[in-house]
Order: sequence, then structure tokens, then C-alpha cells
Amino acid sequence: MAKATFDVPELTPYTEVPAVTPEAMAHSAPFVSKAEFQAPLGFPGELVEDWQTRAIDKMGELLGKYRSLRVYLDSCVKCGACTDKCHYFLGTQDPKNMPVGRQDLMRKVYRRYFTLGGRFFPKLVGAEDFTKEVLDDWYSYFHQCSQCRRCSVFCPYGIDTAEISMAAREIMDSIGVGQKYCNEIIGKVYKIGNNLGLPGPALVDTLEGLEEDVFDETGVKVRYPIDEEGAEILLVTPSADFFAEPHVDGLIGYGKVFHAAGVSWTLSSHASEAANFGMFIGSYDNMRRVAQRIREAAIALKVKRIVFGECGHAWRVAYSFLNTLAGPWDFLDPRYPVPQHICEFTHDLIEQGRLTFDKSENDDKVITFHDSCNVARASRMGEVPGGQFEIPRAIIRATCNHFYDMDEDTIRDRTFCCGGGGGLLTDDLIELRVKGAKPRLDALNNVMQEKGVTHMAAICAICKSQFTKVLPYYGMEMDQIVSLHQLVSNAIVLEGGEDDDEEDAPAAA
Amino acid sequence: MAFLTHFYAVLFYVAAFVLVSGLVVKVVRYARTPAPLKIPTTPAPTSRSGVALRMTREVVLFESLFRGNKWTWIFGWIFHFGLFLVTLRHLRYFIEPVWAPIALVQPFGIYGGIAMVIGLIGLWARRFLVDRVRYISSTSDHLMLALLVLIGASGLLMKFVFHTDVVAIKSFFLGLYALDPQPLPADPLLLLHLLLVALLMIVFPYSKLLHAPGLFFSPTRNQVDDPRERRHLAPWARELEQQAPAASSDPRG
Ligand code: HEM
Ligand code: SF4
Ligand code: SF4
Repeated sequence: MAKATFDVPELTPYTEVPAVTPEAMAHSAPFVSKAEFQAPLGFPGELVEDWQTRAIDKMGELLGKYRSLRVYLDSCVKCGACTDKCHYFLGTQDPKNMPVGRQDLMRKVYRRYFTLGGRFFPKLVGAEDFTKEVLDDWYSYFHQCSQCRRCSVFCPYGIDTAEISMAAREIMDSIGVGQKYCNEIIGKVYKIGNNLGLPGPALVDTLEGLEEDVFDETGVKVRYPIDEEGAEILLVTPSADFFAEPHVDGLIGYGKVFHAAGVSWTLSSHASEAANFGMFIGSYDNMRRVAQRIREAAIALKVKRIVFGECGHAWRVAYSFLNTLAGPWDFLDPRYPVPQHICEFTHDLIEQGRLTFDKSENDDKVITFHDSCNVARASRMGEVPGGQFEIPRAIIRATCNHFYDMDEDTIRDRTFCCGGGGGLLTDDLIELRVKGAKPRLDALNNVMQEKGVTHMAAICAICKSQFTKVLPYYGMEMDQIVSLHQLVSNAIVLEGGEDDDEEDAPAAA
Repeated sequence: MAFLTHFYAVLFYVAAFVLVSGLVVKVVRYARTPAPLKIPTTPAPTSRSGVALRMTREVVLFESLFRGNKWTWIFGWIFHFGLFLVTLRHLRYFIEPVWAPIALVQPFGIYGGIAMVIGLIGLWARRFLVDRVRYISSTSDHLMLALLVLIGASGLLMKFVFHTDVVAIKSFFLGLYALDPQPLPADPLLLLHLLLVALLMIVFPYSKLLHAPGLFFSPTRNQVDDPRERRHLAPWARELEQQAPAASSDPRG
């Protein structure tokens, strides 16, 4: 069990709504970005002198660029429907972690500088000057929002606190107050090509290693190619997939599916990262710059299709924004959506009966499925709304004998965030991450008790990393979290090609 | 008497002007501000007609709120539906001849008035009883409820207890159209009722009452889920593309 310097909440069968405890998480704030991580993104290195004026100007600029911000800051009626929906409020009890409480941190400044009521009667409408204290609150609480959009599901006007958090981070970046974790990572993508800073040659080595491992295990030559010009499919996947458990087992699975489908595919060292942290910091410019790498890679490698690996926010950027940021995609094969999710790809093959599974390979597990927020509430898979819920579950049912869903109130579009999304997956926020995971883990613990669930599958690199880290705080095992395509990988029955070395192939053990 | 009539005439001209111009300014600004990215809360409809249906469910049934909180939904819906009936009922003071549907709705308008006040009291009670809602309530939230309760209560009192001369009121308002105000009855309750209504009209475009037009402009609710099929580009994002060619390596330039 991991050592904690804070109280880890007790799991309860159903998540209870706590009593409001003001300032309970006021001490939580991530490390501030140093000048060297700010510059590559085009932000000032430290808090600028006239920060207040510049922040207000920036807010004015964003109000003119984003209808969401303008409408949402005006429309809230303080009905309270969102107040018990955020996993961070449920886990920390801090009222500024209630979605409307978080929005109000910006709304009070907006009202003061941009509305008549706030200019003339600030007390009456809860308007406040943008002081250093308010800025500190912003830094703390806009980094306690994982931009999961659960609040927007229940708000009568669809007010999406993620939009407010993104704008707040953009404003803070513009006056030199950046978050180290996100900004350093975006810099790495620009410089090296991926979040983890893995250079091209290291990727080539890793992938060769994978090919050997898979051959040793299955006796089939499954390829894990990179930078192969003329391949049919470009696979863009989070860099965690290249080596970390349980991510890499997913990547192994994608390769096996491509192999079984008989299509050529390739990774790209130029776009060796699906993640796009530009979204987390609300920066259209940086998000676009990161997304452009995928266009460049697709053109350079002359591929016909683009498929994304398992990653939640990356799928949001891919599905919802890629056409906007890096389209049009008229040079790709028009018979397929651009981009496609690996789950859509696998599911299509299953539907066509082109994959063979031995489900008993997963009989040591009883599976449940964690809907990742960005997939669930900010994107789609397949042709019909809600495909993002059905397709992954259909894949699990095709590959496993034992599957149970968690409580209905905690899955599909009501799913709880893992607690580590939105650019918060950093050790300096571990208390927040552990507490924010409580609602999800309450539901998980419940199916473990009642249905004997042993493992939870996910399709998001952040979710997988977050659970690996926080499960032990709650007395669970870190390897209870698995990649969805790890289940596919276990169960898929591969046919050998001509170049497979017959005598080396061990009989299926 | 003449002073009162003129004061209220001017008040309602001002209130109507503020309400209409304020709302037009706001709505035009909402409409002109682009939504640069596709952000519907999914699962979302994949067609325009699907979105129209989603919006209708939100406006008529408060669907999201229903999923979010049943108590707030019940009181909120009772209040708004009551308000809707009351508004219809009041139209008879402003049109001549009175349309048949408006005449039909008259008795229901009275139930609407009662429902409206009950709903408001329920909503107000939540602001005291639920600690989370207490925390987020500011003075203006309480004042807004007080204003509406007072409007409703003074209206109901006129209906059931202290009757007033509705024929005179109607000719006062019809007179306003012709810039020829007719005498307004000097009943204190009526004067209070009208004063508060004018106040409501004036604060409308500068307060949270903007939720009514706001809902129609909310991108998480009014966008179609079709980003892979249709390229969505805001004007300012298009400019960005023209400054720095989107993909330097694009063979088509
Ligand atoms: C398109 C029309 C409208 C829609 C869809 C709508 C919807 C809503 C919803 C869903 C709520 C939250 C639940 C609640 O607290 O009742 C709300 C609150 C509210 N609405 Fe409306 N509304 C509309 C028009 C109006 C109008 C015309 C008024 C006023 C004269 C109004 C006054 C209020 C007030 C005062 C609240 C806050 C109640 C509280 O403090 O708890 N609404 N509205
Ligand atoms: S987006 Fe998610 S994390 Fe942020 S306030 Fe809403 S529910 Fe909480
Ligand atoms: S649910 Fe929406 S309108 Fe209600 S308090 Fe929350 S943000 Fe405001």
C-alpha cells in the first residue's frame, strides 16, 4: 500500500454527497512552469508586470472568440444541479470544486469587468476585482478540474466547466503563469515528437523487441512497423503504449488485429504521440500545432487511412477537432471516416466475422469497463450516437466470458473521471488524484464485492496510468487495470504466415 | 392621478426599450461570437432535426435538469410552466380583439399563477436548506426570487382579494401603443405589481435571466455531432490558416 501524507477516503458502496467544507483543497496546486517551458509555447516566462490588465484583455479576447465562454458566463442560474456531479467535489468536499463554484471563480471577475451589474453593484451580484488572491485561487482550482464534462450533462443549459477551465488556463498562460506538467510535455512533443520524449531510434528498438516477444509467444510474425512509406494505415497512439504496462499490451493487441485483417500499417516517428495537451491548456494555437504533425506524417508516409489507439482526450481531439485543426482530409481514402478509432476498426472486423477468438484465454478475469470521459461525453464511435459505449462493450463480450457493468449512474455518459485527466496526471497533484478517484472506485469496489469483478478495462492512456498509480492507495492491485486491446490480444487466434518459423512455434500453451 | 399615469407610462416605455434593446444586443453578440470547435455533449444528435428535437426537450421538459436533480426539476418546471400560462393569460391586456386561444387559457392562467408561486417557494427553500445551494447563492439570486414571488403574490391578491379595474388597465396599455396613455387606476397593489414587472423587464438583459436566450446558443446542446463528415471552421480560425499555410508539406499547397 502506497504511503500517503493525507487521508485517503474510505470507499462506500454508493458515493455519498459530502457536506460542504470550504477551503478543504485550497492548498492543492501543481508546480508552476519555469520560463524554459513557457517560451516554446509562446508564453511569457513569469508573471508579467501589468498582469491584471493583460489578463482582463485576454479574457475580452476569448469572450469574442468562444461563444461557449460568453454564453456560459451569462447563463448560470445557480440552480445547483451540477453541485454534486464533480468527482473532485465528491472526493474533496471543497465547494470550489463544485462545477458552479469553479465557474464562479471566473464569473465574478467577468461580472466585475464586463457587465453593468458587476460594475455598479459588485457586492449584490458577487463580482470581484481580479486580485492576486483571486489569481492564486484560479491557479489552484482550475487545476482541480479534469475537464471531464460530467457537469455539462446535467446542467439545464449544458454549461461545460471544462470550457471555463480551458479559458482560465489560457488566460494564466498569457500572463506567464503556466503549469509545468502540461507545458513541459507540449515542449517535448515539439522537440522530440512525443510526450515521453522517446526519440525515433528508441522507438525502433522497442518495436523490434515487441515483434520478438510476440513471435516467441505466438509463433506468428506480427509486425510493428514504423515510418514505412506507402502503408495503408497510419496508427497514432499515445506514447505510453510503447513501453509501460498495461498500455503496451494494448499496442500488441492492435498489431495482432492489423495482422489478422491483413492490412499494412505503420507508426510515425514524427507523430509518435496521439495525446494533445494543447487542449488541456485551452490553447487553440498549440493544439493546432500539435495536430498538424499528424497531417504532415500522413502526407509524408502516403497513407490512406488514419487510426487512433486507445486514448481518451486524444480521441476527443481526433474525432471532434482534427478535421477543424488539420483538415481537410480529402487526400485520404473517402470510404473510411477520418480518423477511425482502433475500437471501430476491431469492431468492424468482428462484425464481418474476420476475427477468431478463444474467449477462454480471458477466463482468469471477470471484467468491468470504465467509460473514459472524453470518449463518453465528447466524441462518438461508429454510426449512431452512443456507439462509444456499445462498441467497446461489444469487443469485450466478443473476447471475454465474464463481463459486468458498474452501477448505471456511473457509466456511459454519467461515467466518473478516473481523477487524473485534463493535465492533472502529475505527482505534485497526487492528493487530488487519489481523492478524485473515489467515486469511480466506489463503483468498482461495489462490482468487485457483488459480482466478483477482478479487472477493469479502459481505453485511455491517462486513465490507465492514473489507476495504476491510485488503486494501491485504496488497497487494490495496480494490475487490476487493463487495456481493452489486451483482452483482444489474449483471445485472438492468429494464423501464421509463410515466413513464420514452423519449428520454433510453440504449441498453444 | 395624471402624474401617476404619466410616471407609469414613461416607466413602461423605458422598461420595454431596455428589455428589447438589451436583449437584441445580447442575442446579436451571442450569434456573432463563433464557436470554433465542435463540443456537443455526447451522445448528441447527428442531424439538424435531431438537434431541434433535443433543444425542444430541453426547453419544454428541462431534460438535463431532470437527470440532474429531481426536486429542482419539479419546482423549476412548475414555476416556469406556471409563468408560461400566466404570460398567456396576460396577453389579453395587450391585444384587441383577444384571440380565441388566449380566451380559452384564462382559467388555466389562474392555476398557473398559483403554481408559479409554489414553484418559486420550493426553489427558494432549496437556497436555504441545501448547503451546496446555499453556498452558491448570492444576494442577487435571493432578490430575483423575491421579485418574482412579489409579482406573483400581488397579482394573485388582485385576483382573489382586492379586485382592480382590469378594463382601465387594458385601455392604459393599449393607449401606450398610440402614445396616448389612458388613466391608470390608483390601486396600491396594482401600482406595486406594475412597478415590479417593469423592474423585472429592466434587469432581464443584465442578469441571469439571460439563461432563456442563452440556452439556444449553448454549443454543447445546439451543435450537430458530425465533425468527421463536415469540416467546421470559425472565421478567426480560417484567418489563422491563411497566415500560416496549414500544412507546409501539403502537396496541394
Ligand atoms: C426559454 C425559456 C426558459 C427556459 C428553457 C428556462 C429554464 C430554466 C431552468 C431549466 C432553470 C433551472 C431550474 C430552476 O431553478 O427553475 C431556470 C431557472 C430560473 N428561471 Fe428560467 N427558463 C426560461 C425562461 C425564463 C423567464 C422568461 C424567466 C423570468 C421571468 C425565468 C426565470 C427564472 C428564474 C428566476 C430562475 C432561477 C430560479 C432559482 O433561483 O432557483 N426563466 N430556468
Ligand atoms: S469538467 Fe469534470 S472536473 Fe471539471 S468541474 Fe465539471 S465535473 Fe468537475
Ligand atoms: S447546473 Fe448549470 S445552471 Fe445550474 S448551477 Fe450548475 S452551472 Fe449553473
